[in-house]
Amino acid sequence: MPLDARAPALRPCPGVRIEGLSLHFGAQPLFDGLSFDLQAGRLTALLGESGVGKTTLLRVVAGLEAPERGRVAASDAQPLAGRVAFMGQQDLLLPWLSALGNVTLGARLRGERPDRDRALSLLGRVGLADRADASPEALSGGMRQRVALARTLYEDRPIVLMDEPFSALDSLTRARIQALAAELLAGRTVLLITHDPWEACRLADVLLVLQGNPATLSAPLVVGGATPRAVDDANVLTTQGKLLKQLIGEEK
Amino acid sequence: MKAAGGVLRPCLTCLGLVAIWWAAQAILQLPPYLLPGPPEMGRALWDNRGTLAGGTLTTFTETLLGLVIGTALGAISALLMVASGHLQRWLLPVLLLSQAVPVFALAPLLVLWFGFGIASKVVMAVLVIFFPVMSATFDGLRRVPAGWLDLAHTMNAAPWRTLVFVRLPAALPSFGSGLRVAAVFAPIGAVIGEWVGASSGLGYIMLNANARVRTDLMFAALVVLSLMTITLWWAVDRSVRRLLYWSAP
Repeated sequence: MPLDARAPALRPCPGVRIEGLSLHFGAQPLFDGLSFDLQAGRLTALLGESGVGKTTLLRVVAGLEAPERGRVAASDAQPLAGRVAFMGQQDLLLPWLSALGNVTLGARLRGERPDRDRALSLLGRVGLADRADASPEALSGGMRQRVALARTLYEDRPIVLMDEPFSALDSLTRARIQALAAELLAGRTVLLITHDPWEACRLADVLLVLQGNPATLSAPLVVGGATPRAVDDANVLTTQGKLLKQLIGEEK
Repeated sequence: MKAAGGVLRPCLTCLGLVAIWWAAQAILQLPPYLLPGPPEMGRALWDNRGTLAGGTLTTFTETLLGLVIGTALGAISALLMVASGHLQRWLLPVLLLSQAVPVFALAPLLVLWFGFGIASKVVMAVLVIFFPVMSATFDGLRRVPAGWLDLAHTMNAAPWRTLVFVRLPAALPSFGSGLRVAAVFAPIGAVIGEWVGASSGLGYIMLNANARVRTDLMFAALVVLSLMTITLWWAVDRSVRRLLYWSAP
Protein backbone atom coordinates (compact mmCIF):
# COMPACT_ATOMS: atom_id res chain seq x y z
CA MET A 1 0.00 0.00 0.00
CA PRO A 2 1.75 3.21 -1.11
CA LEU A 3 1.85 6.01 1.40
CA ASP A 4 -0.24 9.05 0.65
CA ALA A 5 2.10 11.87 -0.23
CA ARG A 6 -0.34 14.60 0.83
CA ALA A 7 0.06 16.24 4.20
CA PRO A 8 -2.10 14.39 6.69
CA ALA A 9 -3.92 17.59 7.63
CA LEU A 10 -5.42 17.65 4.13
CA ARG A 11 -6.81 14.16 4.54
CA PRO A 12 -9.70 13.50 6.85
CA CYS A 13 -8.55 11.66 9.96
CA PRO A 14 -11.23 9.41 11.43
CA GLY A 15 -12.24 9.46 15.07
CA VAL A 16 -12.14 6.29 17.15
CA ARG A 17 -15.02 4.80 19.11
CA ILE A 18 -14.25 2.49 22.04
CA GLU A 19 -17.35 0.61 23.02
CA GLY A 20 -18.23 -1.60 25.98
CA LEU A 21 -14.64 -2.61 26.69
CA SER A 22 -14.17 -5.31 29.35
CA LEU A 23 -10.86 -6.78 30.38
CA HIS A 24 -9.42 -8.59 33.41
CA PHE A 25 -5.88 -8.48 34.64
CA GLY A 26 -5.59 -11.88 36.30
CA ALA A 27 -8.67 -12.02 38.54
CA GLN A 28 -8.88 -8.21 38.79
CA PRO A 29 -11.42 -6.50 36.56
CA LEU A 30 -9.56 -3.69 34.78
CA PHE A 31 -12.41 -2.36 32.66
CA ASP A 32 -16.08 -3.26 32.73
CA GLY A 33 -18.02 -1.90 29.81
CA LEU A 34 -15.82 1.14 29.27
CA SER A 35 -16.87 3.40 26.40
CA PHE A 36 -15.45 6.65 25.05
CA ASP A 37 -14.57 8.50 21.87
CA LEU A 38 -11.39 9.90 20.43
CA GLN A 39 -12.52 12.94 18.47
CA ALA A 40 -11.37 13.10 14.88
CA GLY A 41 -8.29 15.24 14.33
CA ARG A 42 -7.98 16.14 18.01
CA LEU A 43 -5.49 15.22 20.70
CA THR A 44 -7.06 13.40 23.62
CA ALA A 45 -4.96 13.03 26.75
CA LEU A 46 -5.65 10.18 29.13
CA LEU A 47 -4.49 10.67 32.69
CA GLY A 48 -4.47 8.31 35.62
CA GLU A 49 -2.39 6.69 38.31
CA SER A 50 0.05 3.90 37.49
CA GLY A 51 -1.64 0.53 37.31
CA VAL A 52 -5.09 1.88 36.52
CA GLY A 53 -4.91 0.35 33.03
CA LYS A 54 -3.89 3.27 30.77
CA THR A 55 -1.26 1.31 28.89
CA THR A 56 -3.54 -1.71 28.54
CA LEU A 57 -6.23 0.53 27.12
CA LEU A 58 -3.78 1.93 24.58
CA ARG A 59 -2.62 -1.55 23.63
CA VAL A 60 -6.21 -2.58 23.01
CA VAL A 61 -6.77 0.44 20.74
CA ALA A 62 -3.49 -0.34 18.94
CA GLY A 63 -4.66 -3.90 18.30
CA LEU A 64 -1.80 -5.34 20.35
CA GLU A 65 -4.19 -6.86 22.88
CA ALA A 66 -7.68 -8.23 22.40
CA PRO A 67 -10.43 -7.21 24.85
CA GLU A 68 -12.65 -9.87 26.41
CA ARG A 69 -15.70 -7.93 25.35
CA GLY A 70 -16.30 -4.74 23.45
CA ARG A 71 -14.87 -3.27 20.29
CA VAL A 72 -12.72 -0.53 18.91
CA ALA A 73 -13.76 0.99 15.60
CA ALA A 74 -12.99 3.97 13.40
CA SER A 75 -15.73 6.57 12.90
CA ASP A 76 -15.56 6.12 9.11
CA ALA A 77 -16.38 2.41 9.42
CA GLN A 78 -13.10 1.44 7.72
CA PRO A 79 -10.90 -1.06 9.55
CA LEU A 80 -8.39 0.41 12.01
CA ALA A 81 -5.56 -1.97 11.15
CA GLY A 82 -2.81 -0.23 9.22
CA ARG A 83 -3.98 3.24 10.18
CA VAL A 84 -2.48 3.42 13.69
CA ALA A 85 1.04 4.52 14.58
CA PHE A 86 2.50 3.82 18.00
CA MET A 87 5.03 5.71 20.07
CA GLY A 88 6.08 4.21 23.37
CA GLN A 89 7.66 5.22 26.63
CA GLN A 90 11.02 3.99 25.41
CA ASP A 91 12.23 5.24 22.05
CA LEU A 92 12.49 1.61 20.82
CA LEU A 93 15.23 2.56 18.37
CA LEU A 94 17.06 -0.46 16.94
CA PRO A 95 20.71 -0.03 17.98
CA TRP A 96 22.13 -1.57 14.80
CA LEU A 97 20.42 0.96 12.52
CA SER A 98 21.29 4.61 12.00
CA ALA A 99 18.80 7.34 12.86
CA LEU A 100 17.74 7.33 9.21
CA GLY A 101 17.43 3.52 9.16
CA ASN A 102 15.22 3.69 12.23
CA VAL A 103 12.94 6.30 10.68
CA THR A 104 12.41 4.11 7.59
CA LEU A 105 12.11 0.85 9.55
CA GLY A 106 8.38 0.56 8.81
CA ALA A 107 8.99 0.65 5.05
CA ARG A 108 11.54 -2.13 5.30
CA LEU A 109 9.22 -4.21 7.48
CA ARG A 110 6.43 -3.87 4.93
CA GLY A 111 8.71 -4.66 2.00
CA GLU A 112 8.42 -1.14 0.56
CA ARG A 113 11.30 0.90 -0.76
CA PRO A 114 12.41 3.30 1.98
CA ASP A 115 11.75 6.90 0.96
CA ARG A 116 15.09 8.42 1.91
CA ASP A 117 14.22 11.98 1.00
CA ARG A 118 11.04 12.03 3.04
CA ALA A 119 12.85 10.45 6.00
CA LEU A 120 15.59 13.07 5.77
CA SER A 121 13.09 15.89 5.62
CA LEU A 122 11.31 14.48 8.68
CA LEU A 123 14.61 14.27 10.54
CA GLY A 124 15.09 17.89 9.55
CA ARG A 125 11.71 18.80 11.01
CA VAL A 126 12.68 17.30 14.36
CA GLY A 127 15.99 19.19 14.17
CA LEU A 128 18.26 16.22 13.44
CA ALA A 129 19.10 16.77 9.77
CA ASP A 130 22.81 16.52 10.46
CA ARG A 131 22.52 13.37 12.60
CA ALA A 132 20.86 11.10 10.03
CA ASP A 133 23.78 8.68 9.97
CA ALA A 134 24.38 8.70 13.72
CA SER A 135 23.83 5.45 15.59
CA PRO A 136 21.27 5.65 18.41
CA GLU A 137 23.89 5.16 21.09
CA ALA A 138 25.60 8.36 19.93
CA LEU A 139 22.40 10.36 20.54
CA SER A 140 21.07 11.89 23.76
CA GLY A 141 17.76 10.77 25.25
CA GLY A 142 15.98 13.79 23.83
CA MET A 143 17.46 13.24 20.36
CA ARG A 144 16.53 9.57 20.43
CA GLN A 145 12.94 10.43 21.30
CA ARG A 146 12.93 12.94 18.44
CA VAL A 147 14.09 10.19 16.07
CA ALA A 148 11.20 8.09 17.41
CA LEU A 149 8.87 11.01 16.67
CA ALA A 150 10.23 11.21 13.11
CA ARG A 151 9.72 7.45 12.76
CA THR A 152 6.11 7.85 13.94
CA LEU A 153 5.57 10.66 11.42
CA TYR A 154 7.18 8.60 8.63
CA GLU A 155 4.44 6.03 9.14
CA ASP A 156 2.03 8.83 8.24
CA ARG A 157 -0.95 7.26 9.95
CA PRO A 158 -4.13 9.24 10.68
CA ILE A 159 -4.31 7.83 14.22
CA VAL A 160 -1.36 8.11 16.59
CA LEU A 161 -1.16 6.44 20.00
CA MET A 162 1.44 7.67 22.47
CA ASP A 163 2.27 5.97 25.74
CA GLU A 164 4.03 8.45 28.03
CA PRO A 165 6.44 9.22 25.21
CA PHE A 166 8.28 11.99 27.05
CA SER A 167 8.31 10.67 30.61
CA ALA A 168 11.96 9.59 30.53
CA LEU A 169 13.23 13.03 29.52
CA ASP A 170 14.41 15.88 31.72
CA SER A 171 11.90 18.68 32.14
CA LEU A 172 13.48 21.18 29.73
CA THR A 173 13.91 18.63 26.94
CA ARG A 174 10.40 17.44 27.65
CA ALA A 175 8.91 20.94 27.33
CA ARG A 176 10.64 21.43 23.95
CA ILE A 177 9.73 18.07 22.47
CA GLN A 178 6.11 18.41 23.67
CA ALA A 179 5.72 21.58 21.63
CA LEU A 180 7.39 19.95 18.63
CA ALA A 181 5.18 16.87 18.82
CA ALA A 182 1.99 18.90 19.17
CA GLU A 183 2.93 20.97 16.14
CA LEU A 184 3.87 17.99 13.96
CA LEU A 185 0.92 15.84 14.96
CA ALA A 186 -1.66 18.59 14.47
CA GLY A 187 -4.67 17.39 12.49
CA ARG A 188 -4.28 13.73 13.42
CA THR A 189 -6.39 11.82 15.88
CA VAL A 190 -4.06 11.36 18.80
CA LEU A 191 -4.39 9.48 22.08
CA LEU A 192 -1.71 10.60 24.53
CA ILE A 193 -1.27 8.65 27.71
CA THR A 194 0.49 10.55 30.46
CA HIS A 195 0.72 10.79 34.21
CA ASP A 196 1.79 14.42 34.00
CA PRO A 197 -1.18 16.85 34.34
CA TRP A 198 0.95 19.72 33.04
CA GLU A 199 1.82 17.83 29.87
CA ALA A 200 -1.80 16.91 29.35
CA CYS A 201 -2.93 20.52 29.84
CA ARG A 202 -0.33 21.86 27.38
CA LEU A 203 -1.05 19.44 24.59
CA ALA A 204 -4.59 18.12 24.83
CA ASP A 205 -7.76 19.30 23.15
CA VAL A 206 -9.71 16.91 25.36
CA LEU A 207 -8.67 15.57 28.76
CA LEU A 208 -9.91 12.34 30.29
CA VAL A 209 -9.05 10.92 33.70
CA LEU A 210 -9.10 7.15 34.20
CA GLN A 211 -9.78 6.16 37.82
CA GLY A 212 -11.00 3.34 40.01
CA ASN A 213 -11.21 -0.40 39.76
CA PRO A 214 -12.74 -1.36 37.37
CA ALA A 215 -11.64 1.89 35.81
CA THR A 216 -14.10 4.54 34.76
CA LEU A 217 -13.56 7.81 32.91
CA SER A 218 -14.24 11.29 34.19
CA ALA A 219 -16.31 13.70 32.16
CA PRO A 220 -14.16 15.14 29.33
CA LEU A 221 -12.34 18.29 30.35
CA VAL A 222 -11.60 20.92 27.73
CA VAL A 223 -8.73 23.38 28.04
CA GLY A 224 -9.23 26.59 26.02
CA GLY A 225 -6.80 27.88 23.42
CA ALA A 226 -4.71 26.43 20.62
CA THR A 227 -2.08 23.76 21.30
CA PRO A 228 0.76 23.58 22.19
CA ARG A 229 -0.07 26.06 24.93
CA ALA A 230 2.63 28.20 26.48
CA VAL A 231 4.29 26.71 29.52
CA ASP A 232 2.89 29.51 31.70
CA ASP A 233 -0.51 29.77 29.99
CA ALA A 234 -3.18 30.70 32.55
CA ASN A 235 -5.57 28.00 31.27
CA VAL A 236 -2.85 25.40 31.57
CA LEU A 237 -2.01 26.31 35.15
CA THR A 238 -5.65 26.50 36.32
CA THR A 239 -6.64 23.23 34.70
CA GLN A 240 -3.48 21.55 35.96
CA GLY A 241 -4.41 22.56 39.52
CA LYS A 242 -7.94 21.29 39.04
CA LEU A 243 -6.67 17.99 37.68
CA LEU A 244 -4.16 17.48 40.46
CA LYS A 245 -6.91 18.08 43.02
CA GLN A 246 -9.11 15.55 41.29
CA LEU A 247 -6.32 12.97 41.12
CA ILE A 248 -5.20 13.44 44.73
CA GLY A 249 -8.77 13.67 46.04
CA GLU A 250 -9.51 10.24 44.68
CA GLU A 251 -6.48 8.82 46.44
CA LYS A 252 -7.73 9.68 49.90
CA MET B 1 48.85 2.20 25.67
CA LYS B 2 45.73 0.15 25.99
CA ALA B 3 46.65 -2.02 23.00
CA ALA B 4 50.13 -2.60 24.42
CA GLY B 5 48.54 -3.66 27.73
CA GLY B 6 46.31 -6.06 25.82
CA VAL B 7 49.37 -7.86 24.42
CA LEU B 8 51.59 -7.45 27.45
CA ARG B 9 49.20 -8.89 30.01
CA PRO B 10 48.76 -12.35 28.38
CA CYS B 11 52.53 -12.52 27.81
CA LEU B 12 53.19 -11.80 31.46
CA THR B 13 50.64 -14.44 32.46
CA CYS B 14 52.36 -17.01 30.23
CA LEU B 15 55.79 -16.11 31.61
CA GLY B 16 54.40 -16.44 35.14
CA LEU B 17 52.98 -19.87 34.38
CA VAL B 18 56.29 -21.03 32.90
CA ALA B 19 58.11 -19.71 35.98
CA ILE B 20 55.79 -21.63 38.32
CA TRP B 21 56.20 -24.76 36.21
CA TRP B 22 59.99 -24.44 36.27
CA ALA B 23 60.04 -23.77 39.99
CA ALA B 24 57.78 -26.77 40.68
CA GLN B 25 60.08 -29.00 38.67
CA ALA B 26 63.16 -27.69 40.45
CA ILE B 27 61.68 -27.93 43.95
CA LEU B 28 59.90 -31.28 43.60
CA GLN B 29 62.86 -32.85 41.78
CA LEU B 30 60.55 -34.93 39.60
CA PRO B 31 62.13 -37.06 36.87
CA PRO B 32 61.59 -35.61 33.34
CA TYR B 33 59.33 -38.48 32.31
CA LEU B 34 56.84 -37.39 35.00
CA LEU B 35 57.22 -33.65 34.64
CA PRO B 36 59.56 -32.31 31.96
CA GLY B 37 60.83 -28.76 32.42
CA PRO B 38 60.37 -25.97 29.91
CA PRO B 39 63.78 -26.64 28.22
CA GLU B 40 62.94 -30.31 27.63
CA MET B 41 59.56 -29.35 26.31
CA GLY B 42 61.16 -26.72 24.07
CA ARG B 43 63.59 -29.25 22.69
CA ALA B 44 60.81 -31.74 21.96
CA LEU B 45 58.88 -28.95 20.27
CA TRP B 46 61.82 -28.10 18.01
CA ASP B 47 62.89 -31.68 17.25
CA ASN B 48 59.35 -32.70 16.29
CA ARG B 49 58.34 -29.49 14.56
CA GLY B 50 57.46 -31.27 11.32
CA THR B 51 55.24 -33.86 13.01
CA LEU B 52 53.61 -31.24 15.22
CA ALA B 53 52.93 -28.91 12.27
CA GLY B 54 51.28 -31.76 10.37
CA GLY B 55 49.25 -32.73 13.42
CA THR B 56 48.19 -29.14 13.98
CA LEU B 57 46.99 -28.87 10.39
CA THR B 58 44.88 -32.01 10.78
CA THR B 59 43.38 -30.98 14.14
CA PHE B 60 42.82 -27.42 12.96
CA THR B 61 41.01 -28.62 9.83
CA GLU B 62 38.78 -30.91 11.91
CA THR B 63 38.10 -28.13 14.40
CA LEU B 64 37.30 -25.52 11.79
CA LEU B 65 34.98 -27.82 9.82
CA GLY B 66 33.28 -28.84 13.05
CA LEU B 67 32.93 -25.22 14.08
CA VAL B 68 31.39 -24.13 10.78
CA ILE B 69 29.02 -27.09 10.47
CA GLY B 70 28.08 -27.14 14.17
CA THR B 71 27.43 -23.39 14.22
CA ALA B 72 25.30 -23.59 11.11
CA LEU B 73 23.29 -26.54 12.45
CA GLY B 74 22.89 -24.91 15.87
CA ALA B 75 21.74 -21.58 14.46
CA ILE B 76 19.36 -23.23 11.98
CA SER B 77 17.79 -25.42 14.70
CA ALA B 78 17.30 -22.36 16.90
CA LEU B 79 15.61 -20.54 14.03
CA LEU B 80 13.36 -23.48 13.24
CA MET B 81 12.32 -23.80 16.88
CA VAL B 82 11.50 -20.11 17.13
CA ALA B 83 9.62 -20.16 13.82
CA SER B 84 7.40 -23.07 14.84
CA GLY B 85 6.13 -23.88 18.31
CA HIS B 86 5.26 -27.40 17.11
CA LEU B 87 8.79 -28.05 16.00
CA GLN B 88 10.11 -26.65 19.27
CA ARG B 89 8.05 -29.09 21.32
CA TRP B 90 9.32 -32.03 19.24
CA LEU B 91 12.89 -30.94 18.72
CA LEU B 92 13.88 -29.62 22.14
CA PRO B 93 13.58 -32.95 24.04
CA VAL B 94 15.51 -34.73 21.31
CA LEU B 95 18.28 -32.15 21.44
CA LEU B 96 18.40 -32.30 25.23
CA LEU B 97 18.59 -36.09 25.09
CA SER B 98 21.46 -35.88 22.61
CA GLN B 99 23.35 -33.80 25.15
CA ALA B 100 22.53 -36.13 28.03
CA VAL B 101 24.67 -38.84 26.42
CA PRO B 102 28.33 -38.00 27.15
CA VAL B 103 30.11 -37.27 23.90
CA PHE B 104 33.11 -39.24 25.10
CA ALA B 105 30.95 -42.35 25.27
CA LEU B 106 29.83 -41.82 21.70
CA ALA B 107 33.35 -41.41 20.33
CA PRO B 108 34.10 -45.12 19.67
CA LEU B 109 30.77 -45.50 17.93
CA LEU B 110 31.43 -42.47 15.75
CA VAL B 111 34.83 -43.79 14.76
CA LEU B 112 33.18 -47.11 13.90
CA TRP B 113 30.59 -45.36 11.76
CA PHE B 114 32.64 -42.59 10.18
CA GLY B 115 36.06 -44.24 10.06
CA PHE B 116 39.53 -43.32 11.23
CA GLY B 117 39.72 -40.31 8.95
CA ILE B 118 38.71 -36.74 9.49
CA ALA B 119 34.92 -37.29 9.31
CA SER B 120 34.49 -38.86 12.75
CA LYS B 121 36.44 -35.99 14.38
CA VAL B 122 34.38 -33.38 12.59
CA VAL B 123 31.18 -35.06 13.75
CA MET B 124 32.59 -35.13 17.26
CA ALA B 125 33.36 -31.40 17.20
CA VAL B 126 29.91 -30.72 15.77
CA LEU B 127 28.30 -32.66 18.63
CA VAL B 128 30.29 -30.75 21.21
CA ILE B 129 29.52 -27.26 19.96
CA PHE B 130 26.04 -27.72 18.54
CA PHE B 131 24.26 -27.29 21.84
CA PRO B 132 26.00 -24.13 23.14
CA VAL B 133 25.39 -22.40 19.82
CA MET B 134 21.81 -23.61 19.55
CA SER B 135 20.77 -22.68 23.09
CA ALA B 136 22.48 -19.27 23.01
CA THR B 137 20.86 -18.40 19.68
CA PHE B 138 17.49 -19.75 20.77
CA ASP B 139 17.62 -17.64 23.95
CA GLY B 140 18.60 -14.58 21.96
CA LEU B 141 15.72 -15.04 19.52
CA ARG B 142 13.23 -15.50 22.32
CA ARG B 143 14.40 -12.57 24.41
CA VAL B 144 13.85 -9.86 21.85
CA PRO B 145 12.41 -6.84 23.71
CA ALA B 146 8.61 -7.00 23.47
CA GLY B 147 8.47 -3.30 22.58
CA TRP B 148 10.34 -3.89 19.30
CA LEU B 149 7.93 -6.65 18.34
CA ASP B 150 4.91 -4.50 19.21
CA LEU B 151 6.35 -1.70 17.13
CA ALA B 152 6.87 -4.07 14.19
CA HIS B 153 3.28 -5.28 14.64
CA THR B 154 1.82 -1.76 14.46
CA MET B 155 3.94 -1.20 11.33
CA ASN B 156 2.09 -4.09 9.65
CA ALA B 157 5.23 -6.20 9.33
CA ALA B 158 5.02 -9.68 7.88
CA PRO B 159 6.26 -12.18 10.50
CA TRP B 160 9.22 -13.29 8.38
CA ARG B 161 10.29 -9.68 7.85
CA THR B 162 10.12 -9.10 11.60
CA LEU B 163 12.35 -12.16 11.95
CA VAL B 164 14.87 -10.89 9.41
CA PHE B 165 14.96 -7.21 10.32
CA VAL B 166 14.29 -7.27 14.07
CA ARG B 167 14.63 -10.67 15.73
CA LEU B 168 17.73 -11.94 13.94
CA PRO B 169 19.88 -8.84 14.49
CA ALA B 170 18.61 -8.63 18.07
CA ALA B 171 19.71 -12.23 18.68
CA LEU B 172 23.19 -11.73 17.20
CA PRO B 173 24.89 -10.79 20.50
CA SER B 174 23.66 -14.04 22.08
CA PHE B 175 24.71 -15.96 19.00
CA GLY B 176 28.14 -14.32 19.33
CA SER B 177 28.45 -15.57 22.92
CA GLY B 178 27.57 -19.08 21.78
CA LEU B 179 30.14 -18.84 18.99
CA ARG B 180 32.89 -17.79 21.44
CA VAL B 181 32.14 -20.82 23.63
CA ALA B 182 32.08 -23.02 20.53
CA ALA B 183 35.52 -21.82 19.42
CA VAL B 184 36.98 -23.08 22.70
CA PHE B 185 35.00 -26.34 22.78
CA ALA B 186 35.45 -27.44 19.16
CA PRO B 187 39.12 -28.51 19.57
CA ILE B 188 38.08 -30.66 22.54
CA GLY B 189 35.74 -32.61 20.30
CA ALA B 190 38.38 -33.07 17.62
CA VAL B 191 41.02 -34.26 20.11
CA ILE B 192 38.65 -36.71 21.80
CA GLY B 193 37.90 -38.15 18.37
CA GLU B 194 41.63 -38.52 17.69
CA TRP B 195 42.19 -40.29 20.97
CA VAL B 196 39.73 -43.00 20.08
CA GLY B 197 41.17 -43.71 16.66
CA ALA B 198 43.16 -41.65 14.21
CA SER B 199 46.31 -41.69 12.10
CA SER B 200 47.26 -38.03 12.52
CA GLY B 201 46.46 -34.93 14.57
CA LEU B 202 47.62 -33.43 17.85
CA GLY B 203 45.47 -35.83 19.89
CA TYR B 204 47.04 -38.73 18.02
CA ILE B 205 50.54 -37.39 18.73
CA MET B 206 49.69 -37.02 22.44
CA LEU B 207 48.38 -40.56 22.66
CA ASN B 208 51.48 -41.95 20.97
CA ALA B 209 53.83 -39.89 23.08
CA ASN B 210 52.01 -41.04 26.20
CA ALA B 211 52.40 -44.70 25.23
CA ARG B 212 56.13 -44.19 24.74
CA VAL B 213 56.46 -42.13 27.94
CA ARG B 214 57.57 -39.18 25.84
CA THR B 215 56.10 -36.71 28.33
CA ASP B 216 58.13 -33.87 26.83
CA LEU B 217 56.46 -34.41 23.44
CA MET B 218 53.05 -34.65 25.13
CA PHE B 219 53.65 -31.28 26.72
CA ALA B 220 54.80 -29.85 23.42
CA ALA B 221 51.61 -31.07 21.71
CA LEU B 222 49.53 -29.67 24.56
CA VAL B 223 51.16 -26.25 24.23
CA VAL B 224 50.55 -26.24 20.47
CA LEU B 225 46.92 -27.27 21.01
CA SER B 226 46.43 -24.49 23.56
CA LEU B 227 47.96 -21.92 21.22
CA MET B 228 45.72 -23.10 18.40
CA THR B 229 42.60 -22.84 20.60
CA ILE B 230 43.54 -19.39 21.86
CA THR B 231 44.20 -18.16 18.32
CA LEU B 232 40.86 -19.53 17.17
CA TRP B 233 39.05 -17.88 20.08
CA TRP B 234 40.81 -14.61 19.43
CA ALA B 235 39.87 -14.64 15.74
CA VAL B 236 36.23 -15.45 16.53
CA ASP B 237 36.09 -12.83 19.28
CA ARG B 238 37.52 -10.14 17.00
CA SER B 239 35.11 -10.97 14.17
CA VAL B 240 32.12 -11.00 16.52
CA ARG B 241 33.10 -7.64 17.99
CA ARG B 242 33.54 -6.11 14.57
CA LEU B 243 30.22 -7.48 13.36
CA LEU B 244 28.36 -6.35 16.49
CA TYR B 245 29.84 -2.88 16.72
CA TRP B 246 26.51 -1.61 18.08
CA SER B 247 26.26 -4.03 20.97
CA ALA B 248 28.12 -3.59 24.24
CA PRO B 249 31.25 -5.85 24.51
